Amino acid sequence: MAFSATLEIVDGEARITLAGELDASVAPAFREKVEAAAAAHVGKLVIVMAELTYMASAGLRGLIFAKQKMGGAVEIVLVGLQEGVRETLEMTGFQHSVTVVDAY
Amino acid sequence: MAVMERIDVHPTHEHAGYKLRPGKPFPFGATLVPGGINFSIYSRHATSCTLVLFAKGAPQPAVEIPLPDAFRIGNVFAVVVFDLDPESIEYGYRLEGPYAPQEGHRFDPSTVLLDPYAKAIGGRDSWGVPPDWGAAYPHRGRPVYDDFDWESDRPLEIPIEDLVIYEAHVRAFTQHPSAGVKHPGTFAAIREKIPYLRGLGINCLELLPIYEFDEFEGSRVLAETGERLYNFWGYSTLGFFAPKAGYAATGKLGMQVDEVKALVKALHRAGIEVFLDVVFNHTAEGNERGPTISFRGIDNKTYYMLTPEGYYFNFSGTGNTLNCNNPIVRNLVLDCLRYWAAEYHIDGFRFDLAAILGRDQQGAPLSNPPLLETLAADPVLAKCKLIAEAWDAGGLYQVGSFPAFGRWAEWNGKYRDALRRFLKGEAGLVGEMGQRLQASPDLYRALGRGASASINFITCHDGFTLADLVSFNEKHNLANGEGNADGTDDNHSWNCGAEGWTEDAGINFLRQKQIKNALALLLVSQGVPMILMGDEVGRSQQGNNNAYCHDSPLSWMDWGQVESNAGLLRFAQAAIAFRAAHAVLRNRYHLANADYVGSGYADITWHGTQAWNADWSAGSRTLAFLLDGQHARGGTQRDDFVYVAMNMHWEAHGFELPGLPAGLAWHVFANTGVAAPEDVWAPGSEPVLADQRSMLLADRAVGILVGRRPAPV
Repeated sequence: MAFSATLEIVDGEARITLAGELDASVAPAFREKVEAAAAAHVGKLVIVMAELTYMASAGLRGLIFAKQKMGGAVEIVLVGLQEGVRETLEMTGFQHSVTVVDAY
Repeated sequence: MAVMERIDVHPTHEHAGYKLRPGKPFPFGATLVPGGINFSIYSRHATSCTLVLFAKGAPQPAVEIPLPDAFRIGNVFAVVVFDLDPESIEYGYRLEGPYAPQEGHRFDPSTVLLDPYAKAIGGRDSWGVPPDWGAAYPHRGRPVYDDFDWESDRPLEIPIEDLVIYEAHVRAFTQHPSAGVKHPGTFAAIREKIPYLRGLGINCLELLPIYEFDEFEGSRVLAETGERLYNFWGYSTLGFFAPKAGYAATGKLGMQVDEVKALVKALHRAGIEVFLDVVFNHTAEGNERGPTISFRGIDNKTYYMLTPEGYYFNFSGTGNTLNCNNPIVRNLVLDCLRYWAAEYHIDGFRFDLAAILGRDQQGAPLSNPPLLETLAADPVLAKCKLIAEAWDAGGLYQVGSFPAFGRWAEWNGKYRDALRRFLKGEAGLVGEMGQRLQASPDLYRALGRGASASINFITCHDGFTLADLVSFNEKHNLANGEGNADGTDDNHSWNCGAEGWTEDAGINFLRQKQIKNALALLLVSQGVPMILMGDEVGRSQQGNNNAYCHDSPLSWMDWGQVESNAGLLRFAQAAIAFRAAHAVLRNRYHLANADYVGSGYADITWHGTQAWNADWSAGSRTLAFLLDGQHARGGTQRDDFVYVAMNMHWEAHGFELPGLPAGLAWHVFANTGVAAPEDVWAPGSEPVLADQRSMLLADRAVGILVGRRPAPV
């Protein structure tokens, strides 16, 4: 499945929806959306990952980028992680830096 | 405000479509810079250098970029390559130069070489997966991001005298099926065991080597058993800046850097420091017959100690010796430690065969080794603990004389030997015990090094486990495939009456008692205690005292023992908690053997079966000491009295107790001669001793009392 990343901003909340495989070749597209969200000065960043089937190291880099780009006051919520993606985040301990929920 | 566009991020050269610019010589290694990656490598004797880039995992290079002369400054070749994705590449070098072994040169441009500064290394991404032995470039440098989100974390800076160190092997700690973890044998799995470590009470986790090594180095299948033997301990470094990918659950995804950092952050949150066991005495390249991986092909004469004929000195016992007091190698060691301290928030380092770090380039011991002084004075390492294994395989033994520069602590091998001999009931040890229990002032005091210079241990990875120390007279190393010839014969062990496992209840009770005696004395000794992984639950290696090659239940911690040896674990937890509760046990400086606060008691006094009258004679196997809590930490803190009686005789003895000031009473914290659960009490809940004038100790037992005001009834 081809990778896609879309951004909507509603009521001061940014929502990025990811789908497909997030690897090094497509990671810049994800980062662009994060930068746009940061520029909008939102209070919360929701990343919907239900359709994200795989995340390589470049994807983790993108999340780390988001965490530090948005700043400590902005809550980051990851929604609907598939098992493989969830496991990758747990192994690297990143799930402690964000909020992980099944549905939002 | 408009920020002016940087001009130095633009290419000036091109090769095969790759855009280049002369690089910065510092820092060495691969560094992410705006628009590209800066590659920098030192070689004094190379005549030319080619950067070799691979697509990640590809057997053949994507491009080879010969560096123009203009890209060399001094002895450093450096290039910026633009538009590279750090996630997708691996890199190495070819260096041209003389092949003249008798002159110390072993250049071989047919080999792609690993960067000594590589921060991640591909090629052994998952533990134990048989490699492609014919691979042209087996150990592959990778650039890494330094973007880890540490939040507010930093090294804990717990005073060294307050530490209880737990020495563990990453894989052995959680690989056993009984560990019940999601990703056995990994950094991630250690995170799952943090509650156990907290429950045990330790506050420092010292990991056996985690720098990238090849578990297949020297690997072989043992004909007798069909078992594959590995380079399990990992004392053979491929790259000093890269964590071992095969220890990471995410190694196959290339996220080992993140996984290690997540572990350090989590341990810090739990109040636990992280020490690394670092091996700067040799590398994985072996001797003349060894493989060319990195240093040998980059600048053999710089990195290795060589004989005048160009052969490798072997002070490490493993084939080669890193040339630690060459200024270039000194900087490598310094850069490495700074990197781990700053980027990984490591709290301390234990230096394997550290005596080698004090040898000059011809191997002679230096009186003021510049490397040791540099590390001791370094601003980044200023709060790190530095611990020397103060000997080497070339016969240099420096326990008590390691050049400390006011910083270095030592693994106290004399503590280990004296405690073992005293515990097994040898005569003639009480005098030496008087020193060892006080953090060996005979070794460390004259030099002003303090009690915290002494890292006290009875067991470590190298040798018997504590359970084996009391169960085997002889080593049983046949499983190593060397005819039981490897491993030390100098164990000072005693099997308590039968070699190996027995149904004899008396022997088993004695063994449990001896283990408790050892833990009790370790944790009431002045100095810094270190416990070997699993000793708190009686981990055995079946009498193997050199289990360096076993990735099997022989080495792994069996978590079933947490249940089956719950009584022992409870004792260990209480003994660690007792140390934490009593500042008088945790002094930075040596005791004065004098009353300098006017309490009427010296800080330490010696006793025996008679109070105030220790039996120091050669035949004595009994000894007791009293610590006056008003002298805790040089008299700056108030603590209780702590009294420790040791009966290592095979008969019971009564110990007359020294008198306490009015209003205080003796309370029993531990008596190893009594069956559980009355062998130990939770600190603070100790019952008042019925007979305030004497304590009866069974044969081979330790009693520990606290002198304090009784709780109101």
